Formats: sequence, C-alpha cells, structure tokens
Amino acid sequence: MPRRDDIEKVLIIGSGPIVIGQACEFDYSGTQACKALREEGYEVVLVNSNPATIMTDPETAARTYVEPIVAEAVAKVIEKERPDALLPTLGGQTALNTAIKLVDMGVLEKFGVEMIGARYDVIKKAEDRELFRDAMEKIGVEMPRNAIAYTMDEALEARDKIGLPCVIRPSFTMGGSGGGIAYNVDEFERIVSNGLALSLNSEVLIDESIIGWKEYELEVMRDHKDNVVIVCSIENLDPMGVHTGDSITVAPAQTLTDREYQKMRDAALAIIREIGVETGGSNIQFAICPKTGRMTVIEMNPRVSRSSALASKATGFPIAKIAAKLAMGYSLDEIPNDITEKTPACFEPTIDYCVVKVPRFAFEKFPGADPTLTTAMKSVGETMAIGRTFKEALQKALRGLETKRFGLGADPEDRAKPAPSLADIRKSLLKPNCERIFDVRHALRAGMTVDLIHELSRIDRWFLENLREIVAFEGDLSRYSDPTTMPPEVLREAKRLGFSDVQIATLTGGDEEVVRLHRRALGIRAAFKKVDTCAAEFASATPYFYSTFERSTEATDSGARKVMILGGGPNRIGQGIEFDYCCVQAAIGLKEMGIETIMVNSNPETVSTDFDTSDQLFFEPLTREDVLAIHDAQQIDGCIVQFGGQTPLNLARALEQAGVTIIGTSPDSIDAAEDRDRFQRLLKHLDLRQPANDTANTVDEAVAVAERIGYPVVVRPSYVLGGRAMEIVYDTESLRKFAAVAADVAPDAPILIDKFLENAIEVDVDAIADAERVVLGGVMEHIEEAGIHSGDSTCVLPPYTLSDELIDEIRRQTHALAKALDVRGLMNIQFAIQRGTIYVLEVNPRASRTVPFVSKAIGVPLARIAAKVMAGMTLAELGFTEEVWPRHVSVKAPAFPFNKFPGQDILLGPEMKSTGEVMGIDSDLGSAVAKAFLGAGLDLPTGGKVFVSVRDEDKEHAVPIARRLAELGFEVVSTEGTHDALVAADVPVTRVHKIEVGRPDVLDLIKNREFGLIVNTPSADPEVREDEVKIRTAAVQHGIPSITTIAGAKACVLALEAYKGKRIEVKALQDYHAALVSVT
Amino acid sequence: MTDRRKAVLVFEDGVVHEGFAFGAKGEAYGEVVFNTAMSGYQEILTDPSYRGQLVLMTYPLIGNYGVNPEDVESRAVHTQGFIVREFSRVASSHRATATLDEYLKEHHVVGIEGVDTRDIVMHVRARGAMRAVISSDDLDHDSLLRKVRKSPSLDGRDCVREVTRWAVEEWTEGFDDSFVKRAPVPEPRFKVVAYDFGIKNNILRGLVESGFDVTVVPGHSTAAEVLALKPDGVFLSNGPGDPEPVSYAVETIRTFLGERVPTFGICLGHQLTALALGAKTYKMKFGHHGANQPVIDLTTGKTEITSQNHSFAVDPDSLDLSMARISHKNLNDDTVEGLELIESPCFTVQYHPEAAPGPHDALYLFARFRKLIEESKVEVAAG
Repeated sequence: MPRRDDIEKVLIIGSGPIVIGQACEFDYSGTQACKALREEGYEVVLVNSNPATIMTDPETAARTYVEPIVAEAVAKVIEKERPDALLPTLGGQTALNTAIKLVDMGVLEKFGVEMIGARYDVIKKAEDRELFRDAMEKIGVEMPRNAIAYTMDEALEARDKIGLPCVIRPSFTMGGSGGGIAYNVDEFERIVSNGLALSLNSEVLIDESIIGWKEYELEVMRDHKDNVVIVCSIENLDPMGVHTGDSITVAPAQTLTDREYQKMRDAALAIIREIGVETGGSNIQFAICPKTGRMTVIEMNPRVSRSSALASKATGFPIAKIAAKLAMGYSLDEIPNDITEKTPACFEPTIDYCVVKVPRFAFEKFPGADPTLTTAMKSVGETMAIGRTFKEALQKALRGLETKRFGLGADPEDRAKPAPSLADIRKSLLKPNCERIFDVRHALRAGMTVDLIHELSRIDRWFLENLREIVAFEGDLSRYSDPTTMPPEVLREAKRLGFSDVQIATLTGGDEEVVRLHRRALGIRAAFKKVDTCAAEFASATPYFYSTFERSTEATDSGARKVMILGGGPNRIGQGIEFDYCCVQAAIGLKEMGIETIMVNSNPETVSTDFDTSDQLFFEPLTREDVLAIHDAQQIDGCIVQFGGQTPLNLARALEQAGVTIIGTSPDSIDAAEDRDRFQRLLKHLDLRQPANDTANTVDEAVAVAERIGYPVVVRPSYVLGGRAMEIVYDTESLRKFAAVAADVAPDAPILIDKFLENAIEVDVDAIADAERVVLGGVMEHIEEAGIHSGDSTCVLPPYTLSDELIDEIRRQTHALAKALDVRGLMNIQFAIQRGTIYVLEVNPRASRTVPFVSKAIGVPLARIAAKVMAGMTLAELGFTEEVWPRHVSVKAPAFPFNKFPGQDILLGPEMKSTGEVMGIDSDLGSAVAKAFLGAGLDLPTGGKVFVSVRDEDKEHAVPIARRLAELGFEVVSTEGTHDALVAADVPVTRVHKIEVGRPDVLDLIKNREFGLIVNTPSADPEVREDEVKIRTAAVQHGIPSITTIAGAKACVLALEAYKGKRIEVKALQDYHAALVSVT
Repeated sequence: MTDRRKAVLVFEDGVVHEGFAFGAKGEAYGEVVFNTAMSGYQEILTDPSYRGQLVLMTYPLIGNYGVNPEDVESRAVHTQGFIVREFSRVASSHRATATLDEYLKEHHVVGIEGVDTRDIVMHVRARGAMRAVISSDDLDHDSLLRKVRKSPSLDGRDCVREVTRWAVEEWTEGFDDSFVKRAPVPEPRFKVVAYDFGIKNNILRGLVESGFDVTVVPGHSTAAEVLALKPDGVFLSNGPGDPEPVSYAVETIRTFLGERVPTFGICLGHQLTALALGAKTYKMKFGHHGANQPVIDLTTGKTEITSQNHSFAVDPDSLDLSMARISHKNLNDDTVEGLELIESPCFTVQYHPEAAPGPHDALYLFARFRKLIEESKVEVAAG
C-alpha cells in the first residue's frame, strides 16, 4: 500500500530538554521523521520545548510549537492545528507518555486525531509490566521467573521454581529495606523471614537474579504488511545489572552462535507481533545465561530509542526515517535503501566492521553522587567508533570520549596516575563503575587471568581475550625506546589494533608528531572504508566513512571546494546538542553556497552524523591524529572549528600548525580571547573593564593573587567548558582547595583568578561579524545574578530590566571586541553589570550554547549565516545587517539531572550542572517563564502550600515574594527565622518545625508532598546548611520544584501569576517570526 | 602475535593478498565466494554446497563462539579454504567444544587471516567469481599463480558426485530446542525420499519435524529406485556447483513431474527442476551467499528474509510460463527465487528455508510441502 491519502496533517511530539536517558537521539529521530513526512507531502506540526534542536528549526516542520511538552499545552496545539494523526513514537518516553495522557484526557477522541505508529493499547501492553508478562506467557517467550509469597512455605515453593540466586523484596517497607540477594538456602530463608516480618502486608516479591547474564538488544522494524526485519543486534560488554545506556555496547552481537541468534530473532518477531506494534521500530532487550544459554526477554520499547540511533549509525539504516514512512502507509519493500539506492529497505543490514559505543559520565560534576553503575542510567553522553576489529573500535571509542584517554590506557593520563592496587582492582571489577574497562587493563597487567577477571566482572571471556591481546601488544610496544626504530610491521600491527599515535609515543618515549611523520614516511596511513549496510555486496554511493588500517581506501576526492566541519563529540555537561545544531546549520549553509562539506563527529545520537546532513561523513574521534588523517586523505580548503564547542577549538592550534586551514576567526584570535594576558591587554587597549584578575601557575601564587585583588574570587582553569572546576571562594582555605583542583583539571594551563562581582546582573550577547560589520544576534539578561554558570541560569531575551543606555553601551563594547579580535563568524560575550558599570567577563569567538535559542527567538539562523561568512560571504550579501528586536519574550531555562543523583545538593554555582535547556515564548515575561519552567519539568502548583525559608541576607527580599504568593492564594509555610521575618512584615504565614525540632517537621511535610513549591536559599552556616541539603534533596526525590535564589523566586512568582488556572496559550514559531521587526 | 606464520592468497588474475596462516597448513584451491552472514560459520563450513570453494566471511571477527557438535550441516567440512579478517583465539560459548582454529586443523581446512577482506569482496564484486589459492607452504606468488591457473574450475563440473551419500539412509533426527521453539510434530506421518545432492542436515531435520519419515538417497538414484520406495513425496536437495552437468538428476526429475509425485526442491534442487522444465540456468557474477536476502512471495506480497548460497540461477526468460510460474523473486536484484509448477504438484525455492545459518522466516515451506502432499492425496482419491 502506498502512502495514506486520508491523512494530511501529522503532529509529532519531541522529547523536550536533554536529560539523562533522553538526549540528542530524539532530535535525530524527530528531524528524520519531519523530513521524511515533508518529502511525502504531509504537513507536519511539531511540539518541542528544546530550542537547541534541528527539529525545532522553523524549516523542519510546517508549524513549529516551541511549547512545554505537557498534555495541556499539546492539547492546545491540537485544538488549534487540528492534525489528522499523532505520531508519538519518535520523541522518546516523553512523547509516548504525553500521547497516553492525551488519550486519557479524551483530547484525541474529541478532535478526531488518529494515533499512528503505535496505538494506545500497544503502548500499554509494552510498558505495563503485568500486561507484558502475560503477553510473553501467551507466546511462550520466557521472562525472568518471579513469584509473590505470603508465607515461608509459599516462598520455598517459589524458590524451587525460581532457583538461586534470587532477589527478595518485601512489599510496603520504607525505602525497600529488608530485601537482598540470596545465593544459598540459608540466606534465602533468613531474608524471606525477615522480609515477611518487615512487610506491612507480609508479602515478599521473589525474582530470579539475572545479574551477570549476557545482555543483548535487537532493533526491530515492522510494517503494516507484517514484514519484520532486524536492523541490528547489540551485545553489551557490561553484563546485566548495568543500564544499557551506561554499558559499553558492541554491534553486532559477538558471542552468539547462529542458533542462539536466530532464536532471539524468532522471539523478537513474535514479541513485536504479539505486542502489536503496527509500524515502525522497537527495541527489545534480552538476557542470556552464560552457563546454560537460557534466554529471557527483559523489556521492549515500542518506539525509536537511544539504541535505534546507535543502530542507525552503526548500520547506515535510517530507522527513524523509515519508521515515519511506515507509519504513513508504506511497506518496507516499497521504500528504497538510501545507501545502495538500488535495493529496498526490506532487508537486514549486514556489516563488515565492529562498532563500539562507550558512555560518557559526569560524576566529576556531582561529587556526592555514587559512581557505581546500576540499573538506573547515569551517563550524560556517548561516543561510538567503528573499526575492522573490536580492539580497534574500542580503542577509537575510548579516545573519542575526550576524557584525556587515547585508547585503553598507555597514555599520558595513565602515566600521571599510579596503577591501582590489586585489592582496588578486584573491587572495581566486582562493582561496575565508569573506570572499570581501564581496571581490566590494570588487572591484566598485574597478571590476573582472563578467567579470574571473568569470575569477578562477569564480562564475557571473548571481550576479555580481546582486551588481553591489546594489553599484550602494549607490552610488545613498550620494548622499543624510539618510535622511529620500530619495525614497520610492528607499527602497522599497533595501528591495526587501534593504538593511537599518542599511545605509541607514550610507550616508546617519543612525540605524537614524530610517530605520525614516521608512519607516513613508511606509508602506514589510515584507510577509509564505507558504511554501506551490505558488506560491499552492492556498490554504494553513500559517502559514510570510518578509518582503519587496511590495504585499500574507498574515500575519493571529488576535487570540489570542500570545507571540513568538526563536531562536538560526545554530549557532556557544558557541551551538548546546541553545538550539534550549529554544525548541522553550517553544513546546510555551505551546501546552499555550493561548497561541499565534510562532517567529522563521533556522537551517534546526533543529526550531524546522519549521512545526508553533509556531503561526506567521517565517523571519527575528534583527536588531532584522526582529524589530520582525514585532512591527509582529502583536499580540504578550510576547516571550521567554531561550531563544535570546546572540542574542535582545543584542536585549532595544533591543526593549523600541521597545515590545516582554519576558516573564520583565526586560531590566533581565539587564543587572544582565551589567553588571560593577551585578553587583558586587549581590554586595556579598548578601554573596557573586567573584574580584577590575574593568573597563577601554582596554588601559592593563587593565594597571593587573591589577597591582592580581594575576596570573594572566582577560581578556575583556563581552556575548559561548562565551568569545569570553577568555584567562588571567600577565604584562603577554600581557595587552596579549589586552586589545586583547577590545576589538576588542566595541568598545562594556568589557574585563573577573578574578582567575583556580587549582586551583578549577567548578560550574554551573541553576535556575528564579517570584515566590515558586526551585528548583534541577541542580548540576554540572566535572571539569576552573576556567579551562577550561564548554562545553568535562566535568561530572558530581550533584556527586561536594562536601560536603553546600558544596552547601547553593551552594543558598543561588542562591536569593539569583535573588531579588535577580527571575528569572522560567531562570537559570544558575557558581561556583568554591577551598579551600572559594565564588566566583560568572557569573550568566546565561537558558537555559544545560546546560538540556537537566539536563532529561534529572532527568526534568523545565526550559525548558518556565520558559516557562510566564514566561507567568504558578507553579512550585507546575506541580508543580515540589522538587529532583530522581538516584541515577544523568550526565556531559556535549564534542566537538571539531580533526580538521577540522589543525595546530591542542587545548589547552583559557577560549575555547570544542567544537561539541557528549554525555551518558553510568550507575549509577557511571566507566561514565558511559566512555559520555560513547565518545559523544564517543574510541576508548577496552582494552589496549596509553598515552603519559604531563606538565609538572613535574603529575608528582606523574601517578604514581597511571600506576600505575592499569599495574594495568589498560596499558603506560605516557613520555619522559625523566615516565619518571624514574614510575620513582622505582616505576611500571612504558617510555621513549621525545623528538622527534628518537633514533629511533624518540614521534612515530614516534604515527604508527604504537602508543598507544591519550595523556596530555599542557601546559608553559609554549615549547621544550617546540613538541614537545607536534606530539605532540597528530599524535594528532588519527591518531585517538588525547588528554587534556590531570590532572583529565581521572583521569576517563579511571575510564572505562577501567569499560570494561575493553568491557562496556556500556544503560538507557532512561524507566527512569531512573521511578526518580527528589525532595528538598526 | 609475534609467532604468526605467513600465508598468502593468490587470485587467478594475479592479485595477491598477504596475511597470516590459521587452521591447517598447506595449499587450498577453489573459487572464492564471500558470505555476508555475521554468524553461522560452522554451518557454512560444513555445508556441502561450498564444495570447491574458498569461503570469505565479510564479517571480520570469526570464531568468537568456537565450534560445537550440534551446528554441523553434514558429516564433513566441505569448504576448501577459509578467509577471515581476524579469527578468535578463544571460544566463548557454553556449547563450545573447541576453537575454530583447532576445528580447521582437525578438518584440514587451510585458513588465512589478517587480510583486507572488504577489499577482496570489492574485487570479486567487480571481476566476478575467480579461482584462487590460499597457501601457507609455498609463499612464492608466481609459483602459486601458475598452480592456481591450472586448478580445476567449477563450471561444467559435477560436484554432486563429490559430496553425495553413496548409500541409502533413514534419517530420524528432528530439530532440537537450541534451534527453534518446537511445536508438536503433525500427524499422520508421510514418507519422503530426499535426494542428497549435497543435502544439509537441517533440511532433513526440518522434514522430520514436519512429520515425515525420511529416506535419504544418493544423488544418482534413478526414478525407478525411488518410486519403488513408494514415497508420498520427493525432496530435491541443495548441492554444490553448476546444475547443468548433473544431467542424470534432470532426467529423473522429469519422471517425477510426469508421474505427478509431490516434489519440493531447494537451491540446486530448484535449478535442476527448472532444467527439467526445459529452462536454462546461468552462472551469476558472484552469487548470493548470506543470511539477509529479501525474497518477496508474489502470491502474498509478503517479504521473507532468507538464507542463500548459490552461484547459479534460473534464467526467467527461458522459462515456459505454461509449465511453471515464478512464485518468489529476490527484492534486491529480481532473480528467480521460487517456482510453482502448473501441471505437477511441485514447488521449488532458490533460497534455504532450513536456515542454518540464517533467519527462520521460510521454515513454513516444510509445512507447505506437507500440505501439498495432503492435497494431492485428496486429488488422487477424488480420482
């Protein structure tokens, strides 16, 4: 059946802000879906609150609603747009949950909207544990065995069925206490009797333990004709017990015989049919007992997932695009395979390489968090690498992580740290953590056998054997003391095993560049092979490449003018989807100019790594060696380092020195902006102010500097993103502590010390410049005062308190800085305004995090224009010579991962902690803030109790806030100090006990979810602080929105005013943009 | 890794790849074919259809799960030589009894690893199937080139004689649980005679599982010999090489068709049936060898993902459409994948419904064969 003609308009729901567990992969999938549907002539209506996405570009969908993804707002969109169908399977769990809610609310029925892709009952059947278990029973697919017991006899009976080890969980106990894993009969009886006693209803749940089993995933696609194909199989290196998002995963499955694989495939087909996913992709997880081969299904996702993105990039099969087409009525045999162009999509890709995905963590940002990997996901990003062997792919992936590792150890980072003790290694192997793969290396080096490591870690022996071979070769390499005397066959073998030049240099005492040049002289160069879905069975024209060390290369040079765009690598806090957005825009812009683009990136979740985004895609780690290898293989006219965040910027100098032409702002100017001394001279020359500052090379020097410029000071390392290791310190003791951290984070760079401006307003400016002209893209005023990382603060465009004079002065300073730095392309400046004086905090001559937000607020694709400027066009030619000053208010708010790190305090500071952002747009500030907060996942209350407790310095400011809350009908509740201050100011307030001063105390009320909102500003007093941390962490645990700054509280009050009665008005981005005016 | 012994792969067109030896040492001659299945190397090595061939696995990491006694498709290893990017030194599977290296040594299969297999595939794709030699003894390129050019070609050679059983055998083994989730075996039992042109065990298991009493006969058995066994149906198996020289079987099949004996053919059996109908077969450039070939059933419009292994195919233009219709087509290249005879109760497929290795999408064809027999019994009874 060809396309459905009874549908004209389709609503797609995105996934909102980037959070742990839901990252760029849904921009990839949503964008592919929007493009596919538009190609087919459907009108696409999109709802997504995340401005940093390509999907929310006004060109991607016909109608783009940057609105919070809550059922109320989406219902408004439906009411307004009247789509014929809703496609909920491409926006992650958020979209699926919202769709379910819309059905429950009767919205879809009321407006006659058909749910396509997966129906309501299908989603329920896949997601409800009991319904799913029943379905599996029906088709005879095993799940881990389980039982409920109310007596010891029942438990013993259950044990016979389930076997040992098993997991015992008493029902209805506080925090799951009283449970455990029983490995033997005695343990079983003890835990069960204890559990039965503890459980309020004398009930224990007994589950078969599958921890340590081999874990697999299959990506399955089905069409309405019931054709089903497996796109990709994935095997986890980390066995069951570690969330698949936190596991090192490998495609295809490595250790399954064909019998086992086909049995799994049979089960997957049966499952997708029984659950009833009509069209599109699903992901099904399996576990296999390594001793017996027994297979059980763990769960299925009836939608496109993170693994689908990985599978798409791993195979070249565009799952999301095909899923969208299937939903519109096509069948798999009617859709061509984009890669071969000659064969249909109805087949199973076969690959002739190995793919390894490694997660990236951010535990350094959350020192209180438990770094043990469990079934709850904790990683913030991932990198993928392709190699001809697992060994090569793993080493590439590890260097692609950009955690200062250049492979499986044997790098400078490894040399800088002492090897762990045997006891520590054993501990690490037993307890999964993000460093475990390196500890396997240490274990092998310490002489542990593969069998022993397997016993401790349960990692499959095949993986361990491969790791052993890498480590053994590391030993071979370290016998040479000069890379140039190494026999060519040894060097070649090292490259084939994935060793980077840095590793080889580290092992042989040479320098990376020496190794590279020696290699080149010997003709040992990277070859580039194609990803073609078919293992070269058919010729393919698709230029999707990976590097390896093989005999022949497939990348050919077109001879056309080419620009290489360096992407941002794995997502991390401080560098995420915004930069991918910029890279994609750059590719679009250059394509419009007729310039060929080469994209280099290693993040499988992204739009930039879709093979049709650029003319050529190189799926490679972003290291000097890997980028230069591409540069060697292709005639490249220019390289863009401005758009991928700090990653490519850090490479700029080295690349330029190796002969790469960097286009746009010169690396020298980048350096002038990032080098403290040079920057200071520049500001002095321009007569601009900056907070008093200096650099220090040692901790002692840092102390001297601080004493000279006076506390409080901000201390941080240079050349890092996201405020890594940045702190505001008020005394020498803390300065010493944090200066040492800064020195450790960036050992070769000086420590920066700035005077901290208290109570200053922070302003961000994004501007674009060519040789003649500087145009401001946007001026954003932060709601929180300076000192909170700009990525974590809420900002408003246009500014809402600044005078025209101040804005003019900001404009003048921006122009002066852009001219002085000879900026070509984008620049971002952070200003602080203290008592009417403007200070320049930072200038970044590159795309900033706010570029996509500003672009959407003003209706101008800044990154695209910047790319064209860098390629030689002028702003005049591009028609962007005037600022756009919108009448509507745009607010950007952060989304935080605190709920994933229980016990971690949620206070904001100069170190960035948010993983994503949302945009709220409306005609007034309050409504825009309300939308932003809702979009960020804050459940704004419309009535009930609000807890207000602030430090002494804030009491005066808290009074009007509390008064307004009371006027809005909230019951204000406070503990003693704040209570008394409010009473004194005649604000109606109820008093509650401080923690453990009397019961019920404030913590009890939080746990009972009596508060709809908490306003709690941090005190410097350590004793008070302890209670505050309890309050704030409990609030996170119970999902109560918490505000920790007065400025934030003020904004929140505005939002509550606007949100009273839950009225949300929605308006498409296209309508906002149509109403925009430009100012000169 | 330093102890590796060199090996070399020399094509008849003079292209040479240097790599390392694994498996047995020696020289192995044959036609290079590449298989794109990512798992199932042991089934491939033991598939008699690979007689006379050097098999290259496009998936670069081979041997990961070792070998075991169950995943064998015949009594011997038929692949002449084995070409991989990297073989695994460990066997990681609860069923493994040996490593691949040990297995190849035991069965005297010469292997080469460490070569750019993708480069070789692209070479074969461009130039078509070619003879080659893998050698870990003689490493002299010129000497090997001379030898390879003198080695026998597959074209026009009756490879069936090299792999078929020479005695009649009753086969009783069905599927086991490690292969597929089993359903009850249907009743009543029918008797089938299966021609062994190089038959894979899993076809026999599939027949047993579908309620057949299976008698396997040598490939050169005459129609009279087979009809004397009074079978309810005849099965024509897969097998190696060129169908044309297997002319004795073509004659035999004509008899079955004329006698209206229910017949089911797979792969070579399909090609031989086409020849019996007077159609022609041709040698494909590099054939289909893999587990991901999409085949559309032209009756239902549904696609199945199939396991395939053939270098020859039926020429659709040579087919007399009054005698048979094309029931299945390959979605990738439109080659003929199945025939349904018009006058006789007979159907054949080019692909491998028995999988092993590969998807189980087409296992239902064994049940269809059963149904064909049931229907033809009704017809006979009706007179």
